[in-house]
Amino acid sequence: MRSALATLGGTLPRPRWRRPEGWTIVTLLIAGVLSLPILVIFAHVFVPASEVWLHLRQTVLQDYVVNSLILMLGVGVGVLLIGVSTAWLVSMCDFPGRRAFEWALLLPLAMPGYIIAYTYTGMLDFAGPVQTQIRDLTGWGYGDYWFPEIRSLSGAIAMLTLVLYPYVYLLSRAAFLEQSICVLEVSRTLGSSPWAGFRRVALPLARPAIITGLSLALMETLADYGTVQYFGIPTFTTGIFRTWFGMADPGAAAQLAALMMTFVLVLIVLERYSRRRARFHHTSARYSRLPRYRLKGWARTGALVACLLPIVLGFVVPSSQLTQWAMKTTHMWLQPQFLGLVWNSVSLAAIAAVLAVFLSLIMAYGKRLESSRTTNAAVRIAGMGYAIPGTVIAVGIMLPFAWVDNTIDSFMRDTFGISTGLLLSGTLVALVFAYCVRFLAVSLNTVEAGLGKIKPSMDDAARSLGSAPRTVLWHVHMPIMRGSILTALLLVFVDILKELPATLILRPFNFNTLAVRAFELASDERLADSASAAMAIVLAGIIPVILISRTISRSRPGHDTPA
Amino acid sequence: MTRLLEIDHVSVGYDGTDVVHEVTLTLNTGVIGCLLGPSGCGKTTLLRSIAGFEPISDGRIRLEGQEVSRPGRTQPPERRQVGMVFQDFALFPHLTVAENIAFGIRGQSARQRRRRVTELLSLISMDGYGEAYPHALSGGQQQRIAVARAMAPRPRVLLLDEPFSNMDVELREGLAREVRAILKQEEITAMLVTHDQNEAFAFADRIAVIHAGRVLQWDTAYNLYHRPRDRFVADFIGQGRMLPGQVLSEHEVETELGTITGSVPQNCSPGAPVDVLVRPDDILPDDDSEIFGEVMDKAFRGASFLYNLQLGSGTRVLCLTPSHYNFALGERIPLKLGFNHLVIFPR
Repeated sequence: MRSALATLGGTLPRPRWRRPEGWTIVTLLIAGVLSLPILVIFAHVFVPASEVWLHLRQTVLQDYVVNSLILMLGVGVGVLLIGVSTAWLVSMCDFPGRRAFEWALLLPLAMPGYIIAYTYTGMLDFAGPVQTQIRDLTGWGYGDYWFPEIRSLSGAIAMLTLVLYPYVYLLSRAAFLEQSICVLEVSRTLGSSPWAGFRRVALPLARPAIITGLSLALMETLADYGTVQYFGIPTFTTGIFRTWFGMADPGAAAQLAALMMTFVLVLIVLERYSRRRARFHHTSARYSRLPRYRLKGWARTGALVACLLPIVLGFVVPSSQLTQWAMKTTHMWLQPQFLGLVWNSVSLAAIAAVLAVFLSLIMAYGKRLESSRTTNAAVRIAGMGYAIPGTVIAVGIMLPFAWVDNTIDSFMRDTFGISTGLLLSGTLVALVFAYCVRFLAVSLNTVEAGLGKIKPSMDDAARSLGSAPRTVLWHVHMPIMRGSILTALLLVFVDILKELPATLILRPFNFNTLAVRAFELASDERLADSASAAMAIVLAGIIPVILISRTISRSRPGHDTPA
Repeated sequence: MTRLLEIDHVSVGYDGTDVVHEVTLTLNTGVIGCLLGPSGCGKTTLLRSIAGFEPISDGRIRLEGQEVSRPGRTQPPERRQVGMVFQDFALFPHLTVAENIAFGIRGQSARQRRRRVTELLSLISMDGYGEAYPHALSGGQQQRIAVARAMAPRPRVLLLDEPFSNMDVELREGLAREVRAILKQEEITAMLVTHDQNEAFAFADRIAVIHAGRVLQWDTAYNLYHRPRDRFVADFIGQGRMLPGQVLSEHEVETELGTITGSVPQNCSPGAPVDVLVRPDDILPDDDSEIFGEVMDKAFRGASFLYNLQLGSGTRVLCLTPSHYNFALGERIPLKLGFNHLVIFPR
C-alpha cells in the first residue's frame, strides 16, 4: 500500500480537465458587460417622457414608424423574390455560367447600402450621366419628361434590396442543397412535376431557412442609417440621430431606440423560431448529387437574366462608377491624409476584431467546458448584438459612459480640484466596445463552429496517448481552430470597416474612418471625391464574400470537410 | 499469467446513484476481455474509469499491481499508459495518418518513431498510406488507424469503446476478427465494450455481461450461452425461451416436453417449480415423438429455418431446423428435446 501510494505521489489530486466554475463566471461577466447598452435602452422605457418625446409623438413619430414599416415591407418582398429565385436556379437547374453565379450572386454583400445609394444618385439624378444622355438624345429640357426619383422611399427600397438579397440567397441556397434528393425524388414518383416539386416539397422544407435569411435582411434594413439619411427619409435611425444631435435630448433618443427595439425583438423571435424549426426540417442523411434540370431556350435566357441582373445592378454598375470616380480624383487618395484615414480604419478594426475574437474564444470554451443553462444563456445574450442597430447600441453606450465620466469628473473636481474630462465617452474605448457588442455574434458563430469540429473524444484520445491538458490545447485544438479564428478575425474586421452609424455617434472628435469620410463627402455632394474611400471599403468587403463562398462549397453535404 | 488489470469492487456514481456497482473483474496479460450489455448499463462508464476519465466512488483499480484509481484519487489518463480506441475513432483531422499514429510515441528518436509507424502500418495492412489524411479514407481504414494509433506507444492495456458500431453490420464481425488477429499478434491485453454479442463472441476471450451496473457473469462465450448463471444472461445471450417445469429429483425435471435429465442445482428441492432454458437448437423434429407443437411463425434463414412453436399449454418455444424441414404455418410437428445439459432457474 505504501509503495502504491508513493507511485501516485503528488500527481493525482487534480480531478479532471474541467475546472470549477471559473469559466461560468467569466462567461457571465462578459455577457453582462456586453448587454449593458441594451439594458440601458430598455431601462428608458420606464423613464417618464420628456417634453421632446411628447413633441416627437405629436409630429414625426408616426412618420418614423410608417416609413420604417414600408421600407421593411418593400425590402422584404424584394429580397425574397431575388434571393429565393436565384438560389433555386443555381442549386437545382443547369444553365451556362451557373458555377460562376453561385459565388458572384454574393458580391453585392460587399457593397454597403449608403455607398450604393449615393453611387446611384450620382448616376441617376438630374445632372447625372443617364439623364444628361436622355436630354442630349431627345433635346428635352428640365420638366419635359418623367424620370423616377431615386431619392425616395422606393429608391431606398431598391438600393437596400440590391445589397441585402444575398442574405436570403445564402440561406435558402444552403437549405436547397441540404435537402435530401430522396424527398424530391419521392415527390416525382408520386406524380409531381418539377415545378410542383419545388412548390410543394422544396419550398416548404426550405421555409425556415428562408425566413431566417429574411429576418437578417430586415434587421439590416432597420439598422440602416446611411441610405435613408442620404435620401432624406425620416425613419427610426435618422430620428434617433436628429433627436440626439439636433434636439440634444439623449433621453428621448433612447426612448425612440427602445421603441425601435420592439421591432428588433419581433425579428429576433421570428429568426429564433424559424431556426428552431429548421432542425425538424432535416430530411434523411443520405445525399446524392442533385440531378439538375437542364434549361433550354427561353427558360435558359430567363435564368441567365434573373441571375445576371442582381449582380450587375448590385455590384458591377456601382463599383464601375466608383472606380471611374476614383480614377478622376487621384488627388483624394494619392496623398498622405488618405493613408492616415486607412490607418485609422484598419488599426481600429483590427483592435476591435482581436478583442471580439478573444472574447468569443473565452465564451465558446466556457460553453464547451461548463455547458449549463447559465453559460448557454450567457453566450446567447452576448451574441444578441447582431440584431441591434448600431444607432441603438451607440446611444446605449453613450448614456452610461457619459454618466461615469461626469461622476468621476465632478468627484475629482470637488475633492482635488482637477477636471478629468472625458475618460470613456468620445474615446476609442467607447467605439471598440460598441463594435464588440455589435459584432461579437459574427466571431462567436465562427469560433463555435470551429470548436464543434473538435469532438470531445479527440480530447480523450490525446489524453490517453499521454498528452496533458495543456498539450492537448496546443497540439490538437490550436491547429484545428486556426482556420476558424482567422476567418472570425477577417469577418469582424470587415464588418467594422463598413460600420457607419455607431462610428458617427461614438468617434472621438476629429477622428475619421474610411466609412465616415466616404459618407461625409457624399453628404456634401462631393460624390466623386468620396469614391476612393468607398472603393477601399468595397474591396475589403469582397474578402468575406470569398470566405463565405469557399466555406459553402466545402461544407456541401456528402463532402467531408478537411480541417 | 499475471494479473494485469484488477477491478476491485469498483463503483462509479454521480450524486449518490451508482452507474457501476461493485464490479470486480481481473484481466490477465494477453487476454482480450469484453464488457457486454445493453445501452445504458454502465459498461462505457466502467471503461472510461479504467482509462482515467471518470473518477470512481468506491473500490480500487490496479494496473500491473499499481493502484491507479481509488475514491478521491484518479491518476490522469495521460499517465496511465492505457490505449483507447473511440467509437467515432477521434482521429486528428489536421494530422496525416503517420502523424496520427506517431502522436503518442514519446522519448524516442525520429528514426525509431518512423520505424514504429511503418511497422504498425504494415501490421494493419495499410503500407503506403502514411501521408494520407484521415478524411480521405474509408471507415474501416480509419478504424484500423485508430487501433494502430492507440497501440503505437505500447500501452499496458488497450481499451476499445464500441469501435465497430459505426461500421456496416455485414463488415462488423470481419473487422472484429481482423483487429483481434492484430492484437493477438502483438500480444496486447485489451478490453472491448459492446452491445453486440456477435462482435463480443468474435473478438473476446472472456466476456462480462453487465446489467444495470453489475457484472452478472464473467465467462467464456461458450459458457455464457450454454451455462448462463442468471436469467438476464440467459435471455440476453442468444435466443431461448423458458419452459415451466417441476423438479422431480437431483437430476430430473418434469416438463411439458417430457422428463429432462441433468444436474439440478442444490437450491432446487424436489417439487419446486422451475424454468428450464430451451435454446432453439435444443428442440428437434422427431417423427417418433408424441409431443406436438403448432407452427405459429417461421423464418427462412438460408441454411436453416427458425420456427416459433406453440405447445399444448400455450407455451411458445423456438426451434431451429436444417432448411429442408419445411413445415407450413399451422402444421403440428412432433418434437423431441436434444439436451446435453440442463439450465434451470427457480421460479
